[in-house]
Amino acid sequence: MTDINSANRIELISFRIGDQEYCVDIMAVREIRGWAAATPLPHSPAYVRGVINLRGAVLPIIDLANRLGFGATETSARNVIIVVRIGGRVVGLLVDAVSEILTTTADAVQPTPDVACDAVKKFVKGILAVEGRMISWIVLDQILPDDAVLEVAA
Amino acid sequence: MDAFESIKVTFFQECDEQLAELENGLMALEAGDGDGEVINAVFRAVHSVKGGAGAFGYEDLVKFAHTFETALDLMRSGKLAIDADAVRVMLRASDVLADLVHAARDGGSVDQERCDTLAEELTLLASGESKPAAMLEPEEEEDSFGFTPLQIALDDTPAPSGRWRIKFKPHQALYAKGNDPLFLLREVARLGECEIEMDADGVPSLDALDPDGSYLSWTVYLDGEKAESDIRDIFDFVESDCDLVIDREGAAPKPVVEIVPPVAATPAVAAPRAVAPARAEPEHRDEAEPGKAAASAGGASASAPPAATIRVDLERVDRLIDLVGELVINQAMLAQRVGETGAVERSSSVALGLDELEQLTRELQDSVMAIRAQPVKSVFQRMPRLVREIATATGKQVRLVMEGEGTEVDKTVIERLSDPITHMLRNAVDHGLEGPDERIDAGKPAEGTIKLAALHRSGRIVIEVSDDGRGINRERVRAKAIEKGLISPDVPMSDEEIDNIIFLPGFSTASAISDISGRGVGMDVVKRSIQALGGRISITSQPGRGSTFTLSLPLTLAVLDGMVVTSAEQTLIAPLTTIIETLQPKDGEVHRMGPNRAVLSVRDSFVPLIDVGVSLGFHETPTSPTDGVILLVESEGGGRAALLVDAIQGQRQVVIKSLEANYQRVEGVAAATILGDGRVALILDVDGLVAQRAADNRTSDPIPLAKAG
Amino acid sequence: MTKRILTVDDSRMMREMLLLVLKEAGFDVVQAEDGEHGVEVLEQHGADVIITDINMPKLDGFGFIERVRAGQSHRATPILVLSTESEAAKKQRARDAGATGWIVKPFDAVKLVDAIRRVSA
Repeated sequence: MTDINSANRIELISFRIGDQEYCVDIMAVREIRGWAAATPLPHSPAYVRGVINLRGAVLPIIDLANRLGFGATETSARNVIIVVRIGGRVVGLLVDAVSEILTTTADAVQPTPDVACDAVKKFVKGILAVEGRMISWIVLDQILPDDAVLEVAA
Repeated sequence: MDAFESIKVTFFQECDEQLAELENGLMALEAGDGDGEVINAVFRAVHSVKGGAGAFGYEDLVKFAHTFETALDLMRSGKLAIDADAVRVMLRASDVLADLVHAARDGGSVDQERCDTLAEELTLLASGESKPAAMLEPEEEEDSFGFTPLQIALDDTPAPSGRWRIKFKPHQALYAKGNDPLFLLREVARLGECEIEMDADGVPSLDALDPDGSYLSWTVYLDGEKAESDIRDIFDFVESDCDLVIDREGAAPKPVVEIVPPVAATPAVAAPRAVAPARAEPEHRDEAEPGKAAASAGGASASAPPAATIRVDLERVDRLIDLVGELVINQAMLAQRVGETGAVERSSSVALGLDELEQLTRELQDSVMAIRAQPVKSVFQRMPRLVREIATATGKQVRLVMEGEGTEVDKTVIERLSDPITHMLRNAVDHGLEGPDERIDAGKPAEGTIKLAALHRSGRIVIEVSDDGRGINRERVRAKAIEKGLISPDVPMSDEEIDNIIFLPGFSTASAISDISGRGVGMDVVKRSIQALGGRISITSQPGRGSTFTLSLPLTLAVLDGMVVTSAEQTLIAPLTTIIETLQPKDGEVHRMGPNRAVLSVRDSFVPLIDVGVSLGFHETPTSPTDGVILLVESEGGGRAALLVDAIQGQRQVVIKSLEANYQRVEGVAAATILGDGRVALILDVDGLVAQRAADNRTSDPIPLAKAG
Repeated sequence: MTKRILTVDDSRMMREMLLLVLKEAGFDVVQAEDGEHGVEVLEQHGADVIITDINMPKLDGFGFIERVRAGQSHRATPILVLSTESEAAKKQRARDAGATGWIVKPFDAVKLVDAIRRVSA
């Protein structure tokens, strides 16, 4: 690992979708919980699986695989929901499994390769090489559907 | 200084209260409801604002408040008539005063021209009646600090050398007013070296002694560096309650003319007049006294002791309400799970205990919700001024009458009322009411009336905005809607349906909302924002007579009584207030109009049939009506529909959870809730579903209605 | 012994200001929001010096002073009027009602305390 001091250190949580690895800034993560069946929402994009109850609050669940352009996740009890804060909203990301917490520095992040498809480029901030694995850093602001998208879907 | 800042905050809070008092009082006067006490209260409000503003040095505010106060003072002393014109000027002045207060608070600026114009109008009013002496200049007061506010400008002729000789004999009255010669003499002693002689010759023998009597007098010899005025200052307030002679030791005793009543100190112009009132005052006061005493006694017995209140952090109340909401969910979950085990007998103590628990939980919830309930008055309060301004801007004459300000509603709803009400009022003044000439031609009074009322109706809060204007021009509205492709020309529409066209998206354009309405927001946006709250809005109109907007909102955005239903294996909640009845449809009652359009015949009419599962996109194939259950619902616009669901599970009070908090508004869904099993269930937006079907009907090709049979 | 001051004023802001100033000067302070209330508080708590406003609802300053003077317990307690007005006629009226002194608002903290010391021990 590169030399890290508190000034330039960043912490990330990495997780798996299919056989790909991704990570998000730990500051955005509120908690991690197991899978629960979601109540579907009408007129919503396919990647919005629905909503679940998180201690009394209604939490939308985003199927991250679907959002990234891969097919819909086939869920089972082994799936994991990463609860994140995006802007003023709290949202759940449906993933396959959570791996570990990574500590690194900003300069360790490499730019996303050009060959990546548009969807990936929109969401991926950069790539990290960790022990020979390639981990894509997901940026969350674009994850939620915006109003325009919703109206088309309606 | 932190404490000082907090006092400033209090000042501005108080100003808001005073401004509200002021406006209410003036409006009462305008309506002819004013008694003597109202004008006093109005005066006090402005006086109070001025006083506080002076303490903080808000010069512009003080100046304007002073001019305002002067005119009000004349009104309260009867020297200026409280007629409609004068009151109107006062109302406009109160608006300017409010602007000045807020500018002082927020550091903004005011429309100086408007300020000056009104100051002139006020001065004009005042000078029409008053005598110059009554108009005190603010400067005079600014000078005044400490114990002797008005500098007694007695001439200080250079004293002959020698000490001052002060002969001081207090009258009984001096003692009676809480003064003590000791302190007065002590003050004198502070001025320099002195020698004091007391003369006790006047003291009678013990049996003749009146404990309240004044028998002592003093002579003080004071080293002469101080000016005579310094000495007089000390005795300023008590001069009329004592014999005071100040001269130089050795000089011949000065003539009595020295002891001039302090009133001489006021500016020369005022002097002659001021003396007279001083004399006249006592008699005047005596007459007024019994009246006042009686009034205050009467007042004291008439008003009930105010209910005790405490101030609580809003956050704590919100937290309490959330917790009680959770309790409701938990209690429901518990009841459900116990029911599922089947192990508990209906009549067993456990079952009874659970029933009691449910009762208690409900009561707790109602009580707790009531804590946060507030009267709509706080929202209504801003409206008179708004109406005044729009009226002025559009050249119309408007009177706003408000009713039901005490109607209570949860805090969560109150905050959302302001915008819709503002829009409805703008609409009423701008479009609803005719100009004065047009009104007169129509045989109406030049002044239009708008009524803003709040009331509770079937478990909701209803706000009505009605005007006596020209009503909706149905021809024009219909034509415009057709022109914009919003409705189909061949579909027959009831008057009421035409009236409500203004709520269709795309109807309101710049021409419909004039410049002064500001944001150019259409009625459809207003409607959607109200729907987001679970509310409804509609309009009814009588051409030539006027229109009425009706806005209805749930009493709270926190709980809802709902009917639990299932559709396409999803559990949904339909708000109970929308449901008229539930039906089991029979074959002959359903009539198909097309692939996705059907109607149900209910007694004498046909009602559109909406398959909820299909509408919400849960499944494609519609349920067979005879396999399901119909909820006959009515939307605020008056439109009815038959909602087809699979089954009814029961009725429950549910805690409303917002979808918008973490997600978005979803078509057809009003909000969400958490059921006993911990899962999220969606709450149907009945109005939305009905409106959607109506919109579908309008824009597609008309299909002739087949008769039943 | 700490002197107790009763302040009577319908303005919350003024009451806060007086409380601040007087407490800092070492006085014990009790407050009322109008003349009626002032009579009650005086009865309950007593006072060594009274400071009162003139323009108040229910019972104004003049009425309040008269009531205090007519009572037994505080007939000779110093009463200072604290008011924005300075009209001679009003001052005379206050005098006639039995006021001991008159201070004009806005008040200077030092002068206020001074005035209090001038009328009491």
